[in-house]
Amino acid sequence: MAVQTIAGNATTASVDLGPAVALSCRECGERFELGPLFACASCFGPLEVAYDLPTGAPEELRKRIEAGPNNIWRYAPLLPVPADVAEKPNINPGFTKLVKADNLARELGVTGGLYVKDDSGNPTHSFKDRVVAIAVEAARAFGFTTLSCSSTGNLAGAVGAAAARAGLRSCVFIPHDLEQGKVVMAAVYGGELVGIEGNYDDVNRFCSELIGDPLGEGWGFVNVNLRPYYGEGSKTLAYEICEQLGWRLPDQIVIPIASGSQLTKIDKGFQELIKLGLVEDKPYKIFGAQAEGCSPVSAAFKAGHDVVRPQKPNTIAKSLAIGNPADGPYVLDIARRTGGAVEDVNDEQVVDAIKLLARTEGIFGETAGGVTLGVTRKLIEAGVIDPALTTVVLNTGDGLKTLDAVSATSQATATIKPSLDAFRAAGLASA
Amino acid sequence: MSVKVRIPTILRTYTGGQAEVTAEGAKLSEVIDSLEKDHPGIAARVLDDQGKLRRFVNVYVNDDDVRFEGGLDAATPDGAGISIIPAVAGGC
Repeated sequence: MAVQTIAGNATTASVDLGPAVALSCRECGERFELGPLFACASCFGPLEVAYDLPTGAPEELRKRIEAGPNNIWRYAPLLPVPADVAEKPNINPGFTKLVKADNLARELGVTGGLYVKDDSGNPTHSFKDRVVAIAVEAARAFGFTTLSCSSTGNLAGAVGAAAARAGLRSCVFIPHDLEQGKVVMAAVYGGELVGIEGNYDDVNRFCSELIGDPLGEGWGFVNVNLRPYYGEGSKTLAYEICEQLGWRLPDQIVIPIASGSQLTKIDKGFQELIKLGLVEDKPYKIFGAQAEGCSPVSAAFKAGHDVVRPQKPNTIAKSLAIGNPADGPYVLDIARRTGGAVEDVNDEQVVDAIKLLARTEGIFGETAGGVTLGVTRKLIEAGVIDPALTTVVLNTGDGLKTLDAVSATSQATATIKPSLDAFRAAGLASA
Repeated sequence: MSVKVRIPTILRTYTGGQAEVTAEGAKLSEVIDSLEKDHPGIAARVLDDQGKLRRFVNVYVNDDDVRFEGGLDAATPDGAGISIIPAVAGGC
C-alpha cells in the first residue's frame, strides 16, 4: 500500500527513528509517512508504528540485547528510536525488578509462580517513564521544542522530568483535583503545570483541541500527536518480563486499564518476540483490571460488547480514571483472543490489595497496583486465573504518589511515653 | 439553528483549512448534513457505512459528549459550539 503524506502536517520521510518505517492505521491499514500524526485521515482509526524489524538468528539478537544497557535502550532495535539513543540525554527508564512474590503466592494459593513487575523503580516512579522516553526521541526527530501531555498525574511528572533532562520546555495539563503528591512530583521539575477544571476526559479533550490551534504550534503532546511512538514504550514491559523469565512468555499476565494502550502494547511486544524467535510460540492469557468506579471496558467485556460505552469516573484509582478509553475495543479483542478476561474491583478492595502487596512483599504500590492485584485475587477466587500457571502482575507506580488512599488505615499502631513500662503496657513486646 | 463547528486538523482539507465553520441544524445529524452540503466529503469521514458515528470520533456539543446525549439525535441549540475530535488521544 502506498505511503501517504497529509497536507498541512510536518510529515518527514527522512526522519531517523531506527527500525520505524511508517505509520499504519490499525483500523483500515492505510499507511502514512513518519510524522506527528495520531489519527487516520480516512477513518479516524489509531495510527501505529510499522517496523522493519531485525532479521537473522534469534540467538544473535538475544546476545545483542543482553549486552545492551540496563534500561529500555537495550531493546532499541525493536523501538522507534535512533540507533544511538543511549548516548542522548534522556531519563533512561526500565529494566525494573521482576519480583518473585512467594509470600503473596502463598497468600493467594498460587503454585505456578507469581511475579510482580515493579515499575515503581523507574526514574519518576511509574511506568510512564518508558513511554515518555520514546516520545522524547520522536519530539527531537520532529523538531518540537515544547513537550506536553494530558495527564492523570504520573505522566505529568514523567514529562516534566524528561523535558528537563532533554533540554525541552514542558507544559502539562492535569485535572485540578489530583492527589497532592502527584501535583508536587510534577511541578518540581520546573515546567508549566496547568490544572484544568474538569476530569481527565475534559483535559484530554482540551489538549486535542489545543493541538489543532495555532496556540499549540510546535508542541509535542506525548499522548496526542506523538501517541503512536509514545505507546510503543509499553512494549518494553513485555520484552523485560520475558527476558527476566529467561526468555519465556508468562502463562498469564494481569494489566491495569486506563486508556488500554499499555495492555495492547504488551500483547504487541509478546507477538514481536514470538515472530523474532526470541521466545517459544505458546499460548498466554491477558487479563485487564479496572476500578469499579471507572470500568467501561470491564462492563463491555462482561456484556459481550465489542464497543465501549464511556463512563463518568468516580474512583480513588485516579491514574486509571479514563471514562472514554481510546484503546478499549482493542483490549476487548485481546482479552477474548487470548482467553483472558477484564474485571473490576471496588475502592475498598483496591485499598486491601495495596496493603496485601505491602504486607507480603514489601512493595508499596499506587492505587493502580491495588486495582491490578485486587482483580488478580478476584479472578483467582473465581477460578478464572489458574493458580497452577506462571502469572505476572504489574505494579505500575509507587504508593508514595497516592498516600491518601491508605492514610486513614495506615497509621501508628500506638503512641506511648518513652518508657519500657509504657511499651509493655501497650502489649507489643512479642509476636 | 446556527452552530459553530470546530474542525480537527485531519478534516481541514474539506474546509479549505478553516478550523471553525458554521452549520445549521437542531440536532447533530442535521448539523452533519449541513456540513456535508457546504463541505462535500466530510460526512463520510465522520460517519461509517451504516451512517453511525465512527467509533474513533468523539463529538461534543458545548461540553457534553454526544454519546451521553443521544448520539446523532443530540440536540444542538442555537449558538452551540460543536467539536469533532479524534478519539485516539490520551492515556497510556
